[in-house]
Amino acid sequence: MTGITAWVEQATWPAVIAATARLAESVTDPDIALVYAADDDARAVAGGSVRGLLGRRRNDDRVHAATQAAAEVVLADALATLARPAAVRVVHGRPERAVLAALDGMDWLVLARDGDLTRLGPHSLGPHTRFVLDHAPCDVVLVWPDSAPGIDTAPPPPPPGAP
Amino acid sequence: MTSGLLATGASAALLAGLLAFAALRPRDLPEAVFAVPAAVVVVATGMLPLGAAEDEMRRVAPAVAFLAAILMLSRLCDVLGLFRAAGRAMAVGGGDPRRLLTRVVVAAAVVTAVLSLDATVVLLTPVVFATATRLGVRARPHAYACTHIANAGSLLLPVSNLTNLLAVAASGITFVRFGLLMALPWLAVIAVELVALRVRFATDLSVGTRRPAPPDDAPVPVFAVAVLALTLAGFVVASLVHVEPAWVAAAGVALLAWQAVRDGRTTPAAIARDADVPFLLFVPALAIVVAALVHHGLGDAIGRIAPQGHGLVALALWCLLATLLANTLNNLPAMLVLLPVAAPAGVGALLATVIGVNVGPNLTYTGSLATLLWRRVLREHDHDAPLAEFTGVGALATPAALVAAIVALWAGLQVFGGGA
Repeated sequence: MTGITAWVEQATWPAVIAATARLAESVTDPDIALVYAADDDARAVAGGSVRGLLGRRRNDDRVHAATQAAAEVVLADALATLARPAAVRVVHGRPERAVLAALDGMDWLVLARDGDLTRLGPHSLGPHTRFVLDHAPCDVVLVWPDSAPGIDTAPPPPPPGAP
Repeated sequence: MTSGLLATGASAALLAGLLAFAALRPRDLPEAVFAVPAAVVVVATGMLPLGAAEDEMRRVAPAVAFLAAILMLSRLCDVLGLFRAAGRAMAVGGGDPRRLLTRVVVAAAVVTAVLSLDATVVLLTPVVFATATRLGVRARPHAYACTHIANAGSLLLPVSNLTNLLAVAASGITFVRFGLLMALPWLAVIAVELVALRVRFATDLSVGTRRPAPPDDAPVPVFAVAVLALTLAGFVVASLVHVEPAWVAAAGVALLAWQAVRDGRTTPAAIARDADVPFLLFVPALAIVVAALVHHGLGDAIGRIAPQGHGLVALALWCLLATLLANTLNNLPAMLVLLPVAAPAGVGALLATVIGVNVGPNLTYTGSLATLLWRRVLREHDHDAPLAEFTGVGALATPAALVAAIVALWAGLQVFGGGA
C-alpha cells in the first residue's frame, strides 16, 4: 500500500487533486487521504474583535458555521474531482503542525505553492507551506496552482565576479 | 492623605476587577454582575459622592439609550436580509481576493459608520467568512479587514462608536460638525489600512479562483435601506434641533420592527433581547467606577501630563495618550478617563482623543492588552489568533493610520475652524 496525503486548501486544491490523481495512477495500491487545515486563526481573529466590545454580543456560532462550511465545500469538491476513494480529514490548530502530524506513516505528500506567484522567488511559498515542505517525513510533490511559469521568468544570473 | 490613598487603591482595584470580569465572563455571566455591585460599593462607601454618581449617569444616559437602539436597529437589518445582500454585493466580480478585500473594506467602513462597530464585528464578519467560502478564497485577510476596519472605520459619525457618543455628549459638538471634521481622518485611516492589509497578506491574496460564485438571489431589502437612509438624515436634523439621536434611532427601530414582525421574521421579545439590557447597565456602572478613580488621583495625574496647546504636536500627543490608555484598559474606560480633561481642552484635543481610543486598539488583538493578558493567563480560550501575526499587522497599519488621521484632523481643523 502506498500512502498519499493531499493537502487541499481554498483556491489551490484543483491542482493538488490533479497531481494526486496522476500519482495514484503510477503507484501500487494507493491509499489516499485528503487533509484540510481549518482556518482557526481567522476564526480567532474574529473572536478577538468580539472581546474588544467588552463582552457585548458575540458572533462565534456564525463564524464557526462559516469556517466549517468552508472545510466541507473544499473537501467535497476535491473528493468529487478526484473520483477515487479517499479518506477526508479536517485538522485543527496551527496549520503547519497539524498537517505535519497528519503525515505520519505516509509515503507521499502532494501540496501546492500558495505564495505570491506574481513575484517568483522565496516568497512563492507561504510560511506554513515552507515549514511543511522542510519537515515532511516523506517524499513531496509540489505543484503550481496554475500553469507552470516559463523558463524565461527566472531572474538573470548574477554578473561574473559577483559574490 | 491615608484615606485618599486608600480610596485610590480601592477604586483602582474595583476597576481592575470589573475589567477582568468583563474580559473573562466567568460562567458566561453578564459583565454587569460585577460592575453594578462595584458601582454601588463606590457610592455607598463615599468614594464617589452620590451627586457626582448621578451626574455620571446623566452624562452617559443618552449614549446608552442610543446604543440600545442601534443594537436593535442593526439586528433588524440583519433579520431583513441587509447583510446577506451585502455579502452578495461583495461576491460580484468573482474570486479575485484583492478585489474582494477592497469590497470588504468598503462594506465594513460603511456599516461601521452607519450602524456602529458592533454591527461590523457581530453581523458583517460572519457574512464575510461565508462570502469568502462561496468564492473559494481564504478568509484570513478578510477577517483581519473586518476586525481592523470595525475600529478604524468608527471615526466618521457620532453614531459609529460608543466612545464617539460619549465625546459628543461631553462637548456638545454637532452631528454635522463631527462628521465634517472626521471625514478626512476616516478616509485616511481606511486607505492606510487597505494598503497595509494588501502588503501584509500579499501571499494569501495572490491565490484566487476563476470559479464563478454560486448564484445567490438574496434580494436587496429596499425598505430596510430606505429606513436606514431616513434614520441617517434624521440624525442630522435631530442634531440641528437638539433632539437626542436615540429618539431617531428608536423611530427607525419601530419602522423596521413593524415590517419584520409583520413578515414573521422576528418577535418583539427577540428584538427586546437584542437591546442587551445587562450591557446597558454595565456602561453607567463602569462610568461610576472610573469616575471614582478619576476623583481620587487619576484625574490629577492625567491633568498633569495632558498636552497643552492646539497645534499639530498637541493633537498627536493627545492621540498618543489615548492610544496608550485604550490599549491598556480597553477603549471605553479609556474614553471615560480622558473625557473630563480632553473635552474642556477644545474640539481638536477631543477628536484626537477619539482617534486614539478608536483606531489605537488595533495594536492589540482583543481591543486591549488587559483583556489579552487575562485570557492568556487563565487560558480559558480554545484557540488564540497567532499573536505574532496579529501584532505584526497591527504594528504595520496602526501607527501609520494614526499619523495620517491626526494630520487629516489638523488639516480639517484649519479648514473648518477649531472653535467649539
